Amino acid sequence: MTHKSFYDETHTVFGHHENKILQWIFSIDHKRIAILYMVVMFAFFAVALLVALTMRIELFFPGEQVLSPDQFNQAFTLHGVIMVFLFIIPGIPAIFGNFLLPIMIGAKDVSFPRLNLFSWWLFLLGAIIALSSLFVGNGFADTGWTFYAPYSTNTETNVIAALTAAYILGMASILTGINFVVTIHRLRAPGMGFFKMPLFVWGLYSTAWIQVLATPVIGITLILVIIEKTIGIGIFDPAKGGDPILYEHLFWIYSHPAVYLMILPAFGVVSEIVPTFCRRTIFGYRSIAISSAMISIIGYLVWGHHLFSSGMSEWAKVTFSFLTFFVSIPTGIKFFDWIATMYKGSIVMKTPMLWVVGTIVTFAIGGLTGVVLATLGITTHLHDTYYVVAHFHYAMFGGVVFMMFAAFHYWYPKFVGRMYDETKAKIAFWMIFIGFNVLWFPMFIAGILGMPRRYFDYLPEFTIYHQISGVGAVLTLSGIAYMAYVLIKGLKNGEIASANPWNATTLEWQIDSPPPLENFRNTPYIDFEPYDYKDGVPVHNLYDEIHKGR
Amino acid sequence: MDHSSEIEIIYDKQGNPHEVIDFNDDDEGSKLGFWFFLFTELMLFGGMFLVFTFYFYRYTDNFLEASATLNIVLGGINTFILLISTYFMGMGLINFKNGEVSKAKVKIVLTIVFSIIFLTVKYFEWMAEIHHGIYPDSEILNAKEHGIILFFGLYFTMTGLHGVHIIIGIALMVWVILLMNRGTITTKKYVIFENVALYWDLVHMVWVFLFPLFYITGLGR
Repeated sequence: MTHKSFYDETHTVFGHHENKILQWIFSIDHKRIAILYMVVMFAFFAVALLVALTMRIELFFPGEQVLSPDQFNQAFTLHGVIMVFLFIIPGIPAIFGNFLLPIMIGAKDVSFPRLNLFSWWLFLLGAIIALSSLFVGNGFADTGWTFYAPYSTNTETNVIAALTAAYILGMASILTGINFVVTIHRLRAPGMGFFKMPLFVWGLYSTAWIQVLATPVIGITLILVIIEKTIGIGIFDPAKGGDPILYEHLFWIYSHPAVYLMILPAFGVVSEIVPTFCRRTIFGYRSIAISSAMISIIGYLVWGHHLFSSGMSEWAKVTFSFLTFFVSIPTGIKFFDWIATMYKGSIVMKTPMLWVVGTIVTFAIGGLTGVVLATLGITTHLHDTYYVVAHFHYAMFGGVVFMMFAAFHYWYPKFVGRMYDETKAKIAFWMIFIGFNVLWFPMFIAGILGMPRRYFDYLPEFTIYHQISGVGAVLTLSGIAYMAYVLIKGLKNGEIASANPWNATTLEWQIDSPPPLENFRNTPYIDFEPYDYKDGVPVHNLYDEIHKGR
Repeated sequence: MDHSSEIEIIYDKQGNPHEVIDFNDDDEGSKLGFWFFLFTELMLFGGMFLVFTFYFYRYTDNFLEASATLNIVLGGINTFILLISTYFMGMGLINFKNGEVSKAKVKIVLTIVFSIIFLTVKYFEWMAEIHHGIYPDSEILNAKEHGIILFFGLYFTMTGLHGVHIIIGIALMVWVILLMNRGTITTKKYVIFENVALYWDLVHMVWVFLFPLFYITGLGR
């Protein structure tokens, strides 16, 4: 590498440090912070995967295998809390958002670099509190990641620690959200209007608004549970006139928008990858941009569909059911736009594109089963069964995580300056894709037949479904391990990547890989749309202009 | 970070100059960010107000009855005290913008004094309730009707949360004075002061809603 990258030099918050580790953990460079998040997140991802595997082993036969019933409750809570609060919610925004958002809009950093580092510190603190509660007192919370009252206010396990952790993680998320919104409003390169921003930035923008406006509601809800548990104000305690259903409402007012918070940046990733590998301008740029904003607005108004069987007036049910159907429309718009972009394009099936195509299949299943669950008559039957578990994982794993894997392959050369091994990465994709479907598809059937979720034991007739799932789990995990191996191997042995190995158009591909500190030697003037291709070749090449005078 | 204050200018194809905003020195951005932070505060208190509304409609009679037992005189005095403190905060900001630094500092100190008076009055109010055996999970309170238990549960939670914000506010004001002495906040660059003043506005606005909900609704019972 001829240029100095952000790996070689950095800005730190407390002046200069000789120590390499201090140069990382006190770095206020958005790219280093992205990598800090990535390290913590994947450590926890690995833990949560192993917990999930343990549960699958437990369920391989009916009866007790390796976990006691109480441990099983703690295991699925731990799996849920880590995956939701420490992995999927922060996932794409914290890693790819931090790394790419400033570059994509032509900025040198985010608006508040020190606040950005502070968010990571909060994130780490929350993670440590969550994990430490495993080892003290009665162990990790056993409530499920939703902490439903009144059980959460009564159980002896360390619910307070888990709630505190979730609260702190929420604060980290809010601060990141504020940082991103301000960055997008203030630091776009001159000339770049809102409709000249890359679609990933649009996804982050909608996400950041949800982070700012919805997260405080869960914050206060978690505080209320803590207050309820410590001094007993009675808000969620029926013995004192409180109403536990109110907790469910407050919880889902945040947590349903939170699922869009997870998926919107992932949609943004797809909107970047599709035009690049189809070598053409994306179809319906504005409709994709606006549908992100629409999803985040309508997403606020659908939380009630989590409470269909908890007791709600018929009118409320019908309204929430209708709104839930309605929110699938902007999502559908995006899917049709992507497919229209691919239609008659000369698609290059590199690994990122392969992941995207795979996701379109799995997420479509995840999304459409969601519509099934929003149907009032059917949901009574399917509520709290494996059908919900399967739907949720098709949407979250088959949607968000697959798209995150796509992002890892797509931006890999930009992050590390080298290429991964294309063939091996494709093998990893097929392992995970097949394993994933073997793991979760049987759960749809088991759910329809009446297998309840979160049960540690089951009737013998469900054995076959659990065993197929178990096999799928092993295959999925091996695939993930293999993918990790391929990506890590590329760090050392991969070919050196050029600035723009995919022939992509957005700004991050107009600077060196890996990017230098402060990204742009000269800020470019942007007076064109982000996905301009002519005859399969990017129209604008700003590399020389940006690096002039180096 | 010592980015000297040279402004980066770039040119479009027609040769028109455009200023690139320096991410290290962007007061507009800082203010915008703080507004977004205030939105999160609104949503936080909004969640509490939602809970209050819900139980107010479920137990209207109990809520009105309990509200009548609160000391409206002390609550009213406190409202005035907080409004006066906000007045001083605003005047302080105007003084500072006009370059009258020491006047501004006096105003901030006055704001702090009034906030402390507010907290003291609040302390005596709480103490009176607690003396009567009315505090969350007390035997006397738990023996009362459901709506009354919830009213006082919310009363202590919401005024407590508001009190925490007052304490944070006092700390921020002390910090602002320190930064003025250190020269970080100057009459040219005072966005931190502006943001703290905005924060103080939020804190008093929340009280302006808490006061009628808790104290006035039961008036005349």
